[in-house]
Amino acid sequence: MPLIQSSSRAPVTINSEACIADKGCTVCVDVCPLDLLVIDMANGTAVMKYDECWYCLPCELDCPTDAVSVEIPYLLK
Amino acid sequence: MNDKTDSSHEVLEFDVLVIGGGTAGPMAGVRAKEMNPKLRVAVLEKANVKRSGCISMGMDGLNNAVIPGHATPEQYVKEITVANDGIVNQKTIMAYATRSYDMINTLDKWGVKFEKDETGDYNVKKVHHMGAYVLPMPEGHHMKKILYRQLRKKRVSVINRFMATRLFKGKDGAIAGAHVVNPRTAETAVIKAKTVILCTGAAGRLGMPTSGYLFGTYENPTNAGDGYSMAYHVGAELSGLECYQINPLIKDYNGPACAYVTGPMGGYTANSKGDRFIECDYWSGQMMLEFYKELEGGNGPVFLKIDHLAEETISEIEVILHSNERPSRGRFHENRGTNYRERMVEMHISEIGFCSGHSASGIWTDENARTTIPGLYAAGDCGSVPHNYMLGAFVYGAIAAEDAVKYCAEHEQCEIDSAEIAAEKARVLAPLQVKDGIPAEQMEYKIRRLVNDYLQPPKVTKKMEIGMERFAEIRADLPMLQANDPHELMRAMEVHFILDCAEMAATASMYRTESRWGLYHYYVDHPDTDDEKWMCHVQTKKGADGLPECSTRPIEPYIVELDEEEMSAYKKLRVSDDDTTETAGV
Ligand SMILES: Cc1cc2nc3c(=O)[nH]c(=O)nc-3n(C[C@H](O)[C@H](O)[C@H](O)COP(=O)(O)OP(=O)(O)OC[C@H]3O[C@@H](n4cnc5c(N)ncnc54)[C@H](O)[C@@H]3O)c2cc1C
Ligand code: SF4
Ligand code: SF4
Repeated sequence: MPLIQSSSRAPVTINSEACIADKGCTVCVDVCPLDLLVIDMANGTAVMKYDECWYCLPCELDCPTDAVSVEIPYLLK
Repeated sequence: MNDKTDSSHEVLEFDVLVIGGGTAGPMAGVRAKEMNPKLRVAVLEKANVKRSGCISMGMDGLNNAVIPGHATPEQYVKEITVANDGIVNQKTIMAYATRSYDMINTLDKWGVKFEKDETGDYNVKKVHHMGAYVLPMPEGHHMKKILYRQLRKKRVSVINRFMATRLFKGKDGAIAGAHVVNPRTAETAVIKAKTVILCTGAAGRLGMPTSGYLFGTYENPTNAGDGYSMAYHVGAELSGLECYQINPLIKDYNGPACAYVTGPMGGYTANSKGDRFIECDYWSGQMMLEFYKELEGGNGPVFLKIDHLAEETISEIEVILHSNERPSRGRFHENRGTNYRERMVEMHISEIGFCSGHSASGIWTDENARTTIPGLYAAGDCGSVPHNYMLGAFVYGAIAAEDAVKYCAEHEQCEIDSAEIAAEKARVLAPLQVKDGIPAEQMEYKIRRLVNDYLQPPKVTKKMEIGMERFAEIRADLPMLQANDPHELMRAMEVHFILDCAEMAATASMYRTESRWGLYHYYVDHPDTDDEKWMCHVQTKKGADGLPECSTRPIEPYIVELDEEEMSAYKKLRVSDDDTTETAGV
């Protein structure tokens, strides 16, 4: 059976204007216990890659520029 | 190790390898170095020790502080013996209780802020049925920073973003090390060690939250049951796996509801009429059974009631609940327009899991944190010391480290069979080769949905048998697990852990043919508690056929005697009919 992709709404949004990943910051990527965030090199910003969030907030609270916002995942919101 | 992604198979060597850098783990690492700074000590962490584990954001307070003047170790041993229906090795609880106060003082010295009164004494509150053990930490959010500072100071090696997948034994049956994989690069390595301390936390992804969101679990979902499964495969005994963890939570939100914070301030668990129905909010199986009955009965669902409290009290509760442990709680309530002042907050019960921190399911350990495998230790939620909570994780992390350091002085490193290493590496990397297979997420969803359908209490033999049949089908599907990247590979390995735990949960539950611990082991086919036959531990091990096998282990003679009256304390939890409308203070 072939695999198909399905999409889901990411609970974590990064404000790419505020994010300073292009200057070498990786704080949110480093602290996430579930390892859900990655740096998008092409755009110089962090992004959420996997929807497996515990809405625990280290990514948001430790970000030096307040670029991260965490919402409660839609399924339980 | 993090930046050496070129070598495909590295071998590292340590004296003490701590697996899991959440709560017990950092303490074990620090304590081992304090005991002998020359030893090579490493803490291996799947995430990053800076923000990993249950206390990643901090903690609201100590649930089980044994502080002179408020409680004695003997009293505490009694309390937990009763709360766990007599099935305890009292020596393990006593070892915790006698070291609890010293550990609090150590943490205090390191800079953890506990609530104190005007005279500088710890401000202990009463939540348990008998004694007073709850010590609030209004500024509990600094916990991880403080532990991290100690790890640096004591020069403990930290290996972040590597996950242990299996343990290795030497020829003589003693521990020899672990196999690990990097969830970002899929680099694998072997870590040889004279001693291994498992601090991998609970099996938090066993049942599925009712929301259906796989990661909306009570426990930090990095804890998939890794330690339980690794201990099982290396041949260690596990204990009390039929004594599930089930907790009362806010409906749809995975924060505790929270007896420990709101209880001492006048909040309580109520039914839909706003009436109190349990005498004591301390989390026990008996309390959960009353909770479950009310939830399913005509007066359900169940609520957290604090709308009757004074404004100052409610604001204080809000500050604690919305900033420490689960700081996204405020936004959850805001989305739904719930204001603590205006209405009660709907509650529900959590998914099932294994955890000795809150319940009693763990890898069998004695009062020195030793498992049944020489050189292998377990501490924290994955050990078997009941109701051990955060302070118990710290104390047992320290106890394990002390014993491991002694063990290192007397033992040589065991060799690991290279064929075993090769087989493990092949098992771990297999999902990266599979095409048109099954994604880890789907397989995990299916296992956990079946856990809810067939394993969660009320337990029924026929249902659990069907569950086992379905798990066997999924086991046959394991070679089809597909991972498209190293992250998905980590999830695929966790599927193996979760499936092992599901089979162990069903097997241990069917073995204990009685009901005990209230809801935790509410077995409909055997509704009565049978002390005659079942006043013993149920142990689970990997059998010769590769499936879990159970046996009994007698209870060690008590070191603190209890009388009949004391033993029945937790059986009288339901508020009697005449005073259900009486809702005054605790
Ligand atoms: C929401 C919540 C609230 C709580 N509130 C309180 C409270 O107020 N008071 C209290 O006393 N107790 C409380 N507890 C309980 C207490 O936090 C735990 O008992 C304690 O922190 C457990 O410590 P631990 O070291 O066993 O597990 P954890 O701190 O969870 O650490 C386990 C670590 O192991 C790592 N790990 C897992 N698998 C692997 C692997 N294969 N390889 C490498 N690393 C791995 C994980 O990433 C994690 O960092 C609470 C628990 C939760 C979940
Ligand atoms: S922590 Fe903030 S600034 Fe740094 S990479 Fe993440 S979003 Fe960008
Ligand atoms: S809220 Fe927690 S789990 Fe979610 S992305 Fe942030 S750090 Fe990771």
